[in-house]
Amino acid sequence: MIIDRAFALKIAFGVLLFACGAMLSAVLDNYYLQVGTTLAMLCSLCWAWNIVGGYMGYPALCMISFFGIGAYAGGIAQAAGVPETLAWFVAAGVGLLFALLLGVPLLRLKGHYFAVGTIASVEVLREVANNWDQLTGGAIGLNLPIHAGSPDEVGRYFYLAMLGLAFIAFLVTAIVDRTQFGFGLRCIRQNEQAASMVGINVFKYKVGAFVLTGVLGAATGAIYASMVAFIEPKDAFNIIMTIEIPVMVMLGGMGTIFGPLIGGVSYVILKEFVWAYFINWHSGLLGLIVVTVIYFLPVGVLGLTWRDIFRKFGASKSTRPVTSDIARSAS
Amino acid sequence: MISQYIVNGLLTGGLYACLAVGFSLVWGVLNVVNMLHGSMVVLGAYFCLYGVQQLGLPLYAVAPVACLILFVFGYAIQRGLLNRVITQPILITLTLTFGLDLIVNNLIIHVFSATPQSLVTNFGTVEFAGVRVPVVRVGGMLVAVILTLVLYWLLRHSKIGRAIIAVRMDRHAAALMGIRIPHIYALTFGIGAFMAGAAGCAMALIYPVTPMMSGVFLGKAFVICVLGGLGSVPGAIIGGLVLGVVEGLGTLTLGQQWATSVGFIMMMAVIVLFPTGIMGKKGYE
Repeated sequence: MIIDRAFALKIAFGVLLFACGAMLSAVLDNYYLQVGTTLAMLCSLCWAWNIVGGYMGYPALCMISFFGIGAYAGGIAQAAGVPETLAWFVAAGVGLLFALLLGVPLLRLKGHYFAVGTIASVEVLREVANNWDQLTGGAIGLNLPIHAGSPDEVGRYFYLAMLGLAFIAFLVTAIVDRTQFGFGLRCIRQNEQAASMVGINVFKYKVGAFVLTGVLGAATGAIYASMVAFIEPKDAFNIIMTIEIPVMVMLGGMGTIFGPLIGGVSYVILKEFVWAYFINWHSGLLGLIVVTVIYFLPVGVLGLTWRDIFRKFGASKSTRPVTSDIARSAS
Repeated sequence: MISQYIVNGLLTGGLYACLAVGFSLVWGVLNVVNMLHGSMVVLGAYFCLYGVQQLGLPLYAVAPVACLILFVFGYAIQRGLLNRVITQPILITLTLTFGLDLIVNNLIIHVFSATPQSLVTNFGTVEFAGVRVPVVRVGGMLVAVILTLVLYWLLRHSKIGRAIIAVRMDRHAAALMGIRIPHIYALTFGIGAFMAGAAGCAMALIYPVTPMMSGVFLGKAFVICVLGGLGSVPGAIIGGLVLGVVEGLGTLTLGQQWATSVGFIMMMAVIVLFPTGIMGKKGYE
């Protein structure tokens, strides 16, 4: 693991941010705790996706498969009487197994086939959750034991839990960023064949990254399930979310440590604004946001340099290697 | 009983072929997964409904116009928006078309409302060897299949068709031969939209249509395209028929609620086992 001053500063900044977030829980009211929890949840999903999508450059659109699997695994375990915290670990384990199961066949595919296979996994899982009544409660949904305590306490508890998970996701990203593993993933993004030629066990690396993503995603899902105490298939396996997550990371900057955070936060703010003022047009405006991000910020906020900002915006075609090397590996 | 299900499956399959062929062509030639496809089908259906119900025009006049409008729409989208990012990685193009899909779908809901609508037609039914089928479904399926075959013929024998195939085989070489790549890309996308519109018109005759169905249509297109192989017109026909029959039999044996999942599970299996589709070779038509 390579630690230089810039990296140490980044980590210190991240830790400081999370510490501030944790301390804020003492003063925030219930609405802001709710927003904060959602934010922490989306950020940990973004960080999880960033490992496969950003560092490795694979167009994985199955983030919500992991999330939903985690939600259902945790939910079913809790409904069967497993204590809450243990259920989260169970869900993470299930996420690991599921990522292996999905990753081993799918990671042999490239480009579009991989993308479509991962989207299809969301559809298949939603149908299974819908139809397997005995296990998942079917379309009616699954009720979980409600966390005891006053609304304020419960809100604070889940806020801290989600924040803790986001912190773990942040640390994992930071470690991946500076170890041989992350270096290998970047090589795979740039040129898979060359990576295997310099002695990287490409398949193992890819499955490893997929598993990391899966475990983090499933744990997020499990905490979410305990928080809302009720899950249903169309909520747990939401096809829009599975594309929103990559958009958030793209907005912030793919394959960076803080990109997912910046992207997640700005996307949530934009979305809240759209929901509050344009309720009838929200999906259209979200689409507009997506399109705008792709045309004007293809390298993300962190990919911008001062020169880009002052130059004409539309002309800034992948000035930084972040997307251009993904382009090469995908084409 | 089984023969009834198979015939129904084949009839639906013909529609599916028409639904998927445009999607498959765009994917194969442009290397773009067009998430907008489902909404274009819905748009075609609504244009058809609007012309027949609100303007009182006959169906055979409305349907071609609806398809042509979609062609223009598709051409414009590709020429104006997608051509700018066509060389970017698939995550970018896929997300872009997804964003466009959200916008178009929202517009459809706003203009046409989200209430299910359908064309009420009564052409009677025909009965053959104990199998009953409504004439309208046979008609819709025939039109869909004929259009698909016409597209196949065009790709093989017309100048534009050969240009599309050439671009698909090697973009750079095609450009050196004097083919205008942006124009051909836009035409291909336009043809995809045209076929989506045709499928939409046929759908409006048979099922009640709502804007929410765009996801369902898109899912079918995915499955068929993977089954039949990318950009292959015969593949789309075979994939469509296979999916129709498999769904019919799935309904019969497992029950209605599993019908869609059977398709997706089949697709996952094919994608892992034969990534180039049942039709094998990376087709050149």
